[in-house]
Amino acid sequence: MMVRPKHQRLALVILALAAVLGAVLLAMWGLKDRAAYFYTPADIAAGKAGVGKAMRLGGMVLKGSVRREADGVTTRFVVEDGDSRVPVTFRGILPDLFREGSGVVAEGRLAADRTFVADNILAKHDERYMPPELGNQAAEHKAGQTLKR
Amino acid sequence: MIAGAGLAALWLAAALSLLGLFLSFLHVRGRLEADRTVRALAIVQGLLCLFAFAMLLLVFARTDLSVALVAENSHSAKPFVYKVAAAWGNHEGSMLLWVTVLGLSGAALAALSHRLPSRTLIAALGAQAALALGFHAFLLFASNPFARLNPPAPEGRGLNPLLQDPGLAFHPPTLYLGYVGLSVAFSIAVGAMLAGEVDRQLARAMRPWVLGAWIFLTLGITAGSYWAYYELGWGGWWFWDPVENASLMPWLAATALLHSVAVLAARNALKAWTMMLAVIAFSMSMVGTFLVRSGILTSVHAFAVDPLRGSFILALLAIYVTAAFLIFALRARTLREGALFEPVSREAGIVANNLLLTVILGVVFIGTLYPLLAEAAVGEKLSVGAPYFNAVAGPLALVLGVLLAVGPLLSWRREGRPILKKVALPGLLAATALVIAFFAIPQSSMLSKLGLALAAGLIPAALLPLIGRNPLRTPLATWGMAIAHLGAAVAVAGMAADTAFTTEKLTAARPGEQVDIGPWIVEFAGVTPAVGPNWTAVEAELRATRGSGVHVLRPQTRFFTDPPTETNEAAIDTLLSGQLYTVIGRSDSEGRWQLRLWWKPLVTLIWFGGLLIGLGGLLALSGHGHRAWRRWMAQ
Repeated sequence: MMVRPKHQRLALVILALAAVLGAVLLAMWGLKDRAAYFYTPADIAAGKAGVGKAMRLGGMVLKGSVRREADGVTTRFVVEDGDSRVPVTFRGILPDLFREGSGVVAEGRLAADRTFVADNILAKHDERYMPPELGNQAAEHKAGQTLKR
Repeated sequence: MIAGAGLAALWLAAALSLLGLFLSFLHVRGRLEADRTVRALAIVQGLLCLFAFAMLLLVFARTDLSVALVAENSHSAKPFVYKVAAAWGNHEGSMLLWVTVLGLSGAALAALSHRLPSRTLIAALGAQAALALGFHAFLLFASNPFARLNPPAPEGRGLNPLLQDPGLAFHPPTLYLGYVGLSVAFSIAVGAMLAGEVDRQLARAMRPWVLGAWIFLTLGITAGSYWAYYELGWGGWWFWDPVENASLMPWLAATALLHSVAVLAARNALKAWTMMLAVIAFSMSMVGTFLVRSGILTSVHAFAVDPLRGSFILALLAIYVTAAFLIFALRARTLREGALFEPVSREAGIVANNLLLTVILGVVFIGTLYPLLAEAAVGEKLSVGAPYFNAVAGPLALVLGVLLAVGPLLSWRREGRPILKKVALPGLLAATALVIAFFAIPQSSMLSKLGLALAAGLIPAALLPLIGRNPLRTPLATWGMAIAHLGAAVAVAGMAADTAFTTEKLTAARPGEQVDIGPWIVEFAGVTPAVGPNWTAVEAELRATRGSGVHVLRPQTRFFTDPPTETNEAAIDTLLSGQLYTVIGRSDSEGRWQLRLWWKPLVTLIWFGGLLIGLGGLLALSGHGHRAWRRWMAQ
């Protein structure tokens, strides 16, 4: 078969387009059940989050709720957002800036008994850092306090 | 005074880049002979950026608290090296470093690229000046690193302790040299398309720039991965954090470009394709800059959230990418078709490599940006992490690995001999390794089994192109290719071994207790206080034994005062067979301390592989240098 430069160029263009299309389809397939949605305790109380799906839970650590289990490495605490509360269990070393009464984002799954099993806890890295998901909440919180004063 | 001089230099550099852009436009249109002036302007502009950056280092070294940036990010009681490195451990300073590298890249292009045709070179310098102009404007109007405080702050706020690490001195500058070094390939491609001179000569002139940027990018990513590994104390070496992806995406594009530019140089094929990749590679650098510097993503690297900055970089990105694509769309049709090749040939292998890298780049790009799009479009907050990236990019990377074994053995234009015979031995090794993996480590993931099998075949296959050649007569580029491919194989081996063989233990222990981890018995001897220059710490003593000899590890929890922060300092013992990785957590009322231990066989191969890839690049680059030197001597 005689291949001409024009044909080769056309074939390359088609291949490139196929690669881009392939990437989009593959990404859509991958994202369908692997994107972790961000929920607040209020969302979970409202039943928006499905049991067993990877997700992130964000809110404030309820004061006085942090308990260490007998094994010394499992921690239980409650994440709240003013109205609703979600109990969380986490097996691991808590990040340095994990504090009662301050912001936290937990990565993990909702168990059948409606407790949140966290694989990973993200706390703010320094006093200037705030996970963007919590940024708005914190700003609103601050604004509310200023108004109260 | 110093800050004022730095700021003045930035304004002057901005003015010169505007002038350079204007003159190069006139030159390319044939209105004016401005060849030497444009080159001189590019060099002076680069030096002015360097001067401004030196001034920033100086105000940080002196802890000049009348400069807002110093007051925000430094502290008088800090080790000297971190005072200086703090200059780029923040948004404004790192953007100045970015612009400095951009300026110096333009200067280097003007000073060193004698092989480019004059019209292409001047058009490329014009493109580089256009880039510089936009990012200068960003610095001066939205991120002035030299803004003053009146009155000066009494004391600085200090640097994030996670950044107080030798890694900060090395990782960002290296990464930026790679990131921004790709701007040269971008500018050369834009210049060549404007001048209509896309040929082998151009590819030969472009290749060392791509290679240089790619080496820095490779080393920067490798260093960043190791830094995150030991500093974060999570035992992982790649988290698919948006900021890591921001550096991976230009690397993927640059890797594709590096291969296709070789085809253009050797065979005069893949012309438009190569130009497109050059545009995409630097566009990915700008996307990365946007992701990191706009602070819209959750990340350790997100210094501050400022909508103005995000929109500014997004606007620059949109302008440059649109302009480059427009030039491409208008000029690509005028390029002559490239040389022919058969479906089984070296060229076709590299096309397949490029397609796979493009698909990987595409899925990483979509996965990284999807959270932003979802939030902007439907207000849905979500994150995309390792499960997605491993599932979609992992298998593609394995296919790419198979191709890596076969591709270099193919000959240019058409392959006449049966190729399967050549890769029979590596193929057999891989198959054997796969069978062993199924029996020996049935519980490990499919991806890690396939990865181990691939590495077993790929390590010998990478060296096959060197077999049967006289080592002294083999071109440095061939050596470089073999070493870089070997590095990729070694890194795959490390990644797969880490996933398949790592054992982890999380426990709470009292002093005197023993913990088993893999082949190790670790005795927790107790904790003692420790003191550093600007921190205090609780330090555990762990005595690890495996057969004979005691390895002592001392993980710490450090407390910094400015700003008040705690960090975990992992203690890592490196052996030939792997790493023992230990972290100490908190104590409880019963006198127990949380300990987290990992035994990670062969994990160091990951970074050793990264270094080998960089070394391969250096060998190939020194081949270019060697030829340039000979040409220069001959003149």
